[in-house]
Amino acid sequence: MATQLSLYGKTFASRLLVGTALYPSPAVMRASVEASAAEIITLSLRRQNPEQQQGKILWDYIRESGCQLLPNTAGCKTPREVIALAEMSREIFATDWLKLEVVGDDYNLQPDPYGLVEAARELIKRGFKVLPYCTDDLVVCRKLLDVGCEVLMPWGAPIGTGQGLLNRYNLQTLRERLPDIPLIVDAGIGAPSQAAEAMELGFDAVLLNTAIAKAQEPVLMARAFKLAVESGRCAFEAGLMTKRQTASPSTPTLDMPFWQQVAPTEP
Amino acid sequence: MQVTINGEIKSLGSVDSLAELLLQLGYTGETFAVALNGDFVARADYSRVKIGEGDCLDVVAPVVGG
Repeated sequence: MATQLSLYGKTFASRLLVGTALYPSPAVMRASVEASAAEIITLSLRRQNPEQQQGKILWDYIRESGCQLLPNTAGCKTPREVIALAEMSREIFATDWLKLEVVGDDYNLQPDPYGLVEAARELIKRGFKVLPYCTDDLVVCRKLLDVGCEVLMPWGAPIGTGQGLLNRYNLQTLRERLPDIPLIVDAGIGAPSQAAEAMELGFDAVLLNTAIAKAQEPVLMARAFKLAVESGRCAFEAGLMTKRQTASPSTPTLDMPFWQQVAPTEP
Repeated sequence: MQVTINGEIKSLGSVDSLAELLLQLGYTGETFAVALNGDFVARADYSRVKIGEGDCLDVVAPVVGG
């Protein structure tokens, strides 16, 4: 049995965090979240007119799910926007957990490292539990820890690309240099094998949305990711074998039949 | 009085407080939150906060997210 995930003093049996967006219907979203066994789900806030009711189905599910809610600040470009949205999230969702996002570039939605650090500093002063979506840059990650983040969520690849772990070296470096910090690969994971790869590298969890929501059968894909994350974590805790250049037989060579001692040759 | 609501300019009769404005716009219940001129306003402060000409109000509600 693999160990539990611990974030900001709370423990979770599941190491898969999932988003709630892009599903073909609210019913499929709900069934997929259940199949994933995720205990932390992300959601957001957007402008709403009083006559709009589309948020109600989501809101009812949120209240019933029992999941830890992780509101995001997706789309925010400045710390000021982040702070306002974070406060609104805390009031509505009644949680101080926050997936901090500050968009630095519209093309690849790359997080703005300066904006992240500035926003995180202020949010932590205001009592938020900040989980920043950041790049895999070790120095940026250190700065986020310096201002009080207790969890980091480096990208595998840009959001929604499904490209997997684009910079394995950087991710491995983060794991090695920050051995005691919970690290969650967030974004860019497209296949269960990539989630398993992140977990085998020793990442504490994986957060994804599109790979499940945009599968032909989202509920089945949610299960596939659940199994992959569990499998990868077990593998990490079990300890992977060391790679070798030369072959080494796994079947015993001793007492192999048909083998004959070669007669010593006469001098 | 002209006030921008969720990005749209609207002409309104006289409104005094934010609480009054929200009621006039039809926002009831507790599944929304508010920012006035880009700054969060806590629910407890709605009746204390005054609304003036040219104010920008954002009213948000839960949506799906990644």
